[in-house]
Order: sequence, then C-alpha cells, then structure tokens
Amino acid sequence: MILKIRHSQAAIKQLRLLFAAIGLMFCSFAAQALTQAQALAISVGENDDRVAALTQALATPDPALSRLIDALLDDTAKVVSGKVLIVTSDKTTDAATGQETTAPDNAEDIVNNNRLRRELESAKAALGLFSDNVETRTAAITELRASADEKKLPLIDRALAQESDVALQARLQQLRAAMLIASSDRNKRLEAATALASSSQPTVKSLLQGRLAAGVETDPEVRAALTTALRNIESRLAWGERLGVVFSGLSLGSILFLVALGLAICYGLMGVINMAHGELMMIGAYATYVVQNAFRQHFPAAFDYYILAAIPVAFAVSALVGAALERTVIRWLYGRPLETLLATWGISLMLIQLMRTIFGAQNVPVENPSWLSGGWEVLSNLTLPYNRIAIVFFAFMVLILVYVLINKTRLGLFVRGVTQNRTMASCMGVNTARIDMYAFALGSGIAGLAGCALSQIGNVGPDLGQGYIVDSFMVVVLGGVGQLAGTVYAGLGLGVLNKLLEGWTGAVLAKIIVLVFIVVFIQRRPQGIFALKGRSAES
Amino acid sequence: MTQLPRRGALKALATAALAAALPFSAAQAAEPIKVGVLHSLSGTMAISETVLKDVALMAIEEINAKGGVLGRKLEPVVVDPASNWPLFAEKARQLISKDKVAVTFGCWTSVSRKSVLPVFEELNNLLFYPVQYEGEELSKNVFYTGAAPNQQAIPAVEYLMSKDGGSAKRWVLLGTDYVYPRTTNKILRSFLKSKGVAEADIMEEYTPFGHSDYQTIIAKIKKFASEGKKTAVVSTINGDSNVPFYKELGNQGLKATDVPVVAFSVGEEELRGVDTKPLVGHLAAWNYFMSLKNPANAEFTKKWAAYAKAKGIAGHKDKPLTNDPMEATYIGIYMWKQAVEKAKSTDTDKVIAAMAGQTFKAPSGFTAKMDERNHHLHKPVFIGEIKADGQFNIVWKTPGPVRANPWSPFIPGNDKKKDVPDGKTVI
Repeated sequence: MILKIRHSQAAIKQLRLLFAAIGLMFCSFAAQALTQAQALAISVGENDDRVAALTQALATPDPALSRLIDALLDDTAKVVSGKVLIVTSDKTTDAATGQETTAPDNAEDIVNNNRLRRELESAKAALGLFSDNVETRTAAITELRASADEKKLPLIDRALAQESDVALQARLQQLRAAMLIASSDRNKRLEAATALASSSQPTVKSLLQGRLAAGVETDPEVRAALTTALRNIESRLAWGERLGVVFSGLSLGSILFLVALGLAICYGLMGVINMAHGELMMIGAYATYVVQNAFRQHFPAAFDYYILAAIPVAFAVSALVGAALERTVIRWLYGRPLETLLATWGISLMLIQLMRTIFGAQNVPVENPSWLSGGWEVLSNLTLPYNRIAIVFFAFMVLILVYVLINKTRLGLFVRGVTQNRTMASCMGVNTARIDMYAFALGSGIAGLAGCALSQIGNVGPDLGQGYIVDSFMVVVLGGVGQLAGTVYAGLGLGVLNKLLEGWTGAVLAKIIVLVFIVVFIQRRPQGIFALKGRSAES
Repeated sequence: MTQLPRRGALKALATAALAAALPFSAAQAAEPIKVGVLHSLSGTMAISETVLKDVALMAIEEINAKGGVLGRKLEPVVVDPASNWPLFAEKARQLISKDKVAVTFGCWTSVSRKSVLPVFEELNNLLFYPVQYEGEELSKNVFYTGAAPNQQAIPAVEYLMSKDGGSAKRWVLLGTDYVYPRTTNKILRSFLKSKGVAEADIMEEYTPFGHSDYQTIIAKIKKFASEGKKTAVVSTINGDSNVPFYKELGNQGLKATDVPVVAFSVGEEELRGVDTKPLVGHLAAWNYFMSLKNPANAEFTKKWAAYAKAKGIAGHKDKPLTNDPMEATYIGIYMWKQAVEKAKSTDTDKVIAAMAGQTFKAPSGFTAKMDERNHHLHKPVFIGEIKADGQFNIVWKTPGPVRANPWSPFIPGNDKKKDVPDGKTVI
C-alpha cells in the first residue's frame, strides 16, 4: 500500500515536471525566433555540436527553423561569411531573417551525413506533429517511430492532447508506449509493454528485442509482458513475410511464363526449336529503349507514358523480325529439328552482334516512368514495388489475349488445326504456310512484349536474351509441349519454388536445386505436367 | 567479329616483324611502344570496364601529344575479353606473345586477374591492375593501383561502427559469388569478430554474376534489420547487377537513415541510369570521388569531359563522369611512363625496379606513392554518401595517404607472409 502511494507520488512529481516543461515550451514560443548564430550552429561545425544546436533550437520552434530544416534536407542551404542562406532556383533568402538577398559565388554547400539527416528528419517530424494537415501529422508520426526516445515524450504528450483524429491518437499512444519502454518506472514499462502488444511495426519488434537482450530488462514481470508482446508482433509480421515470398514468387513466375509463352507457341504448337527466341525479347527491350529516347526528345511532357507506346512498338518490331526469320530461314527447315536448332542459334549470334554494332556493347539505360517507381506499402514490413505489380498484371493480360486469340478466333482455329494435323488442315483448304508465318510472328511478338516488360526491372543489353532462353525452354518442357496452360502452371510453379528455396538456401544454390528438380521431373515424366492426349500425341 | 581485328593485328604484326628485320636503325628508334588494354567491352562487366579502356586511351593520347616515352610514341592495342574469365588469359597471351606489348593495363574482377596472372608470370610481362581488391596476392609482375582491404573495406566498416556512421551493430555481407567478395567478407567477418560482433549478428549472402532479381534479398535484409540492433549492409556486388539491386532498394523503400548500404564496387559510373533520389545517403568507400574539390581533380575532370566530347563516348559526351578506377588507371599509366624514363628501357625487370618509390600528383588531391616494396600505392581513403544527382558527398576521409597492406592481418597465417613479392605467387 505504502509502496503504491509512493509510486503515485513519484508519478505526480514526474507529471508536475512534465507540465512545467511543457509550460516552458509554450512560454518560450513567442519569446525568441531563430537567430543567425543558431542557424549557423545548426549548419556548420562538428556533428555533435550541430545536433546539440538543433535540439536546443527545437525547444523554441518557429517557421524559420522549419524552413531551415527543409532547406538542409533538400541541399538548398549554403553558408557564406557567417550567414546561412537558402538558395532556390528563383530566389535567395537569409535563413534566420527570411529577407531576400543575393547569393555570392563563394557560398559553400553544407554537407549532411546520414546521422544529421536522421536528426533533421526527426526534428521536422517533431514540428510536423502540430500541423493542421492530417497527412503531415501522419507522416510525422511514422517518421518519429524510427527515433523513439524518452526525450521526445513531452512533445508526444502535447501532440496527444491536441490530436482530434482517433486513428492518429492510437498511433500516438503507440509511439508514447515505445518511448516509455525504457522508462525508469517499472509500472510505466509494464504498461508500455502491454500497449505495444497490439503493434505490427518491425521497429517495435526491434525495440522489444533490444529490451529483452540479456541484462537490459531485469524485472521478471516486465520481461514476461515484453515476451508476450514480442510474440504477438512476430506472428503478425510473419504474415507480411509469407505474403512477400508469395508475391516475389508470383512476380518471378509471371516473368517466366511471359518469356515462355511466345516459345510455347513457336516450339509447342509448331515444333520449331527457336534458339533466337531470347534475342527477339532483346529486340523488344531495345525497341522500348528507342521509344523512350524518342519520347524524351520529342514529347518530354508525356515521358511518363512512353511505356504505353512502347508496348505495341515492341510487339510489332519483334513480330516483323520473327516473320522475316520464318520466311527466309525457318520455312525451309520444317521437320528438321537439328538444322533448325543450329540455324536459329546462328541467327541469335548474328542478332546479338547486330545490336552491338548499332547500340554498342554496353547496357543501355531504360528508366522507369515515375508511376512505376516506388512501391505500395501493404503491411508495415511488406512493400510491393509498382513495376513488379505492373508486370504481373501485364503478364496475365497477355495470357488472356493469347488464350482468346488461340481459342476464339478463326486464326486460332487454323493454328490449332495445323498443329494437330497439318496434312488434313491443308486438305481442308487452310493455307498452312501462311498460318505458320502468322503463328511464328505471334510468338515472336509476345517475346517482344516480354522484352518490354523486362526492360522495366533489369538491364537492357545485347546479352539480355541469353539469360532467359534456358529458363524459357525449361518452363515449356516442364509444362508439357503444346500446352499453353502447362506453360502458365510451370512458370508460376517454378517462380514460387525458386523464391521459396532462395529464402532458405540463397540465390546460387536455389538455382542449382531447381535445375536438379527439373532434370528428375523430366526423367520421371518426359511429357511434362500436361500431356497431349489423342492421336496427334503419338506422332 | 572478334576474329577480324585479330587477323588485322596479325597482319600488322607481320609487317612490323618484316620492318624490324630490315637493318633500319633510324626507323627502329621511332618505332612505337605497344601498350595493351585488356578490359571487358561486352558482357556483365562492360558497365564498369568500358570507361577504363577510354581513360587509358586518353592518357596514352596525352602522353603522345607531349612527345611520347623515350622519344617513342605509345601505340595502344585494345582487346575485348567479353567478361569471360578464360578468355582474359587467352587475350593476355595474345597481347604479350603476338602483339609484343611492353605493358598491359587491365582487368576489373579478381577472377579475371587470377586468370591472367600465370600468363604474365610465365612470359615475364607487366600488368597494371586499377581496381580495389581483396589482397592475398603479391606478384612481381603486377602493380596494384587500386585499394587493398585496409585502404577501403576496413575503414568503411569502422566508419559505420562510429557514431556518425550510425553505430551499426548487425551486419549483412552481400556480394557477387566469386573470389573478391568471398575473401573480403572473410576478412570483414574476422575483423567484426575482433570488434566483438557475435556470429548471429552477421549475415552473408551471395548472388551469381548478372543476377537481376533482388526481391528476396531485400526482404531478407529488412527482416534481419528488424531484429533488435542497428543494421548496416556491406555490398560487394559487382557489374550490372548493381542497377537492379539499387532499383529494388529504392522501390522497396529501404532508406539509408534506417539501413545504410556501403558499396565497394559502385561509383559514379555504375549509378548512371539509376534514379538516385530514393538512394540518398547510401554510401561508397573509395580512394577518389569525382566531387573532390582540388586543382588536380578539376584538371582531370575537365580533360576527361573534353576527351569524351571529342571522341563521342556514349553517355560521357553529354554527362562526363569520372570514378576511382579511372583515376587509378590514369595514375598507373603515368607512373609506368615515369618508371620507363627512369630505367631508360621498357624491359620488364628494369621497369619493375624503377617503379619503387615513384610518385604522382593524383586527382584525389594527394601525392600517390608506389611503395618501395609491395607493389601497391599509398592512397587516401574517402567515404561518400550518394546525393540526389548521383554524385557523392564526402563525409569522412583519412588525414593522408595510407600504406597498403595486401596481407590482411585478419586472415590467419598472413603474419608470416613477406610484404615483398618473392617471385612465386601463391594463388
């Protein structure tokens, strides 16, 4: 009982102190603004002194400080003869007084390292807690999570008192708990540990693990609460990790089936072993590069949408090259797989060399449009990059289009007819030679689309196709020759399998294990996952 | 394609041999000195190595414009080993035996250097190797103008352990799967352990050359970083894999203020074509940065910009960039020139003897000195943070040049190894 009273007395004492501190902060608000000396101390000198000056200035926030912090973070602050200037493209202002001046040539840039940037960002967040804008406040709370320490507690309490948004209140409570976890008061620690159990932040997990390390937290009851909280958070975070593996598998899988789809048409449906398939992808990627450059030169305003124009161009260019190949070389080699293999391999080398001559041997830079950069934060520990999401969607769109084309159109009907029985189709009046060319051009065009997609995630160089040709043959053979559905299942399956293994064994070993798996699988089941049924299968 | 120039070179060689056979002493005096340039101009390493070929040609042109070496012009012989390690050895043999070069400037990856080393030793010729590497090697026939581990890797890790570097306690050692990253990480692991870092706080990961899917690795780093202590990543990824790696890093929102990544093989050139805005604050450690402000560097960058423009070098003609291995190549060529002039001969053994103690006012702003004994340069160390424009902010540097220590004390048994080449390399 006595103990309890003493505790509450201590709490009251602390509270009083706290109020005093807050009061002080409020009083000093109007008392002084950012001085030139302060601005200078924040901007130049030893890092330790700069951090101290920043902390001191933060006690008396004013708009000038906020401007200075923004300028320091954007690298627009410069120093000249004891004054800090903010230099933007249209005007130069004095950081302390806000008056417009001119920037002398000898103004020096200010170098901020990671530590200072971290301090500046958390200072900016501290100021942002009292913004009128909900988004600014949300961003401020997110930022402060990374730098939760007890010194900022009064700030959080003040923000909590002002906050009207319920969701943000809850977040502030979490932040407060994270700060109290290292409090000297046992009850506060216990309370904080309990409050943190509902968190799903990796930073909180990290914090709790730090507290649970040997010798940090000694009280058994608090330790137990911490352990429970940690277990809760971990089970929540585990979902993010699992979904992450599934997504990366899906992303790799969709790339695999996209690159294999064109091959499935050429090889699966027509029986042409096209070793130049990878180079048709490479041509698609280079077509994207050319479209990108054309947009940059002629329509810089629409640069963000160059990729939409690049998709049909990549398809058309690769399809044309494919059609030309079929007309000039492959047509004369039908039914002679070994010769086709050698001829197309030779063509692939020629195409690589052609690209080296035109564009140079080095990789060419293909930029992501701004809407494909960055990612979508689904969970606190799971961010899905936009370019990968876009490729998954793109792959499925292409799949649907190919499915419709093969199964619902007249051309598709002819292709299927020729695949199943060439002589009979010919007897029925189908121009098999033309169908062959169309089908081959379609397969090549899809390779071009794959190249366009690959340009958004990897390097574009003359050897781009070489890295994918083996993978795409593996997918087609594993899926079952002549089966589009098999290609999809095999592509996605290999993607997920590869990513699962990569998580356990690392990238190098994962690749080996997948290869071994395919060898064993093909030995057990040479016809692949899906086998052609019926009479045509025997021939 | 690769066959054609070789045939051309053969023909040239035959003519040269014929000319040499004729007793024309006057013509012989003016005969150019052949210099080999052995860098991958295609394949996964072309992203880094192509520009070294260009800077070598620039230095040779400069020297020729000032009258050449010993009154003879330099004649570059450029070959493309295409990021193919056995081909490096073949091309090196071709340069020495057929083209009769006096010296070769080349290689980037350690695996390519290891591949050509026996050739240079067997035929007793000279190689200038311009890239930072893992040490553990000292050949009489090689001059190493890049950094040894104590001139790059160790200072970088020490910086990340310091308060300004973020006091990192947990470490991800990430690299491409070959000899340089494996050895460097072995040295770093033992160094970290000597600083009291536990085994559980170190994660080592490797990817193949040309790897382009870094989703899993970034996810793993994120998970590893959320386990209680401040984490830093040491990247020894080489070649064009860096582009997808940094793209993924930016897209997944792993910020430098949370988990800093320090890279040993990424400079200004590798970051070209990457959107560096999400990467601000990630680090690199080198002995030179383009952003260094000093007269020697101002001159070097100006010369390079003019040369790139005149020759229409792709990319550089619009946006000229310089980097550490380019500086090292440049220093190497000039030091070789000085040594040849001192020795008054291009004879390998005489040049090796004359190389000891050579100095050169380097673009880093310091005077680089070739060590009297161990074939490595004394160089300053800089640590830079990536800026939004793809250049580096220098946040830390050594007060002066540091002597290289090719035999890292963090690998057991190295204390017994001699700091001078003994004519027999152990690979």
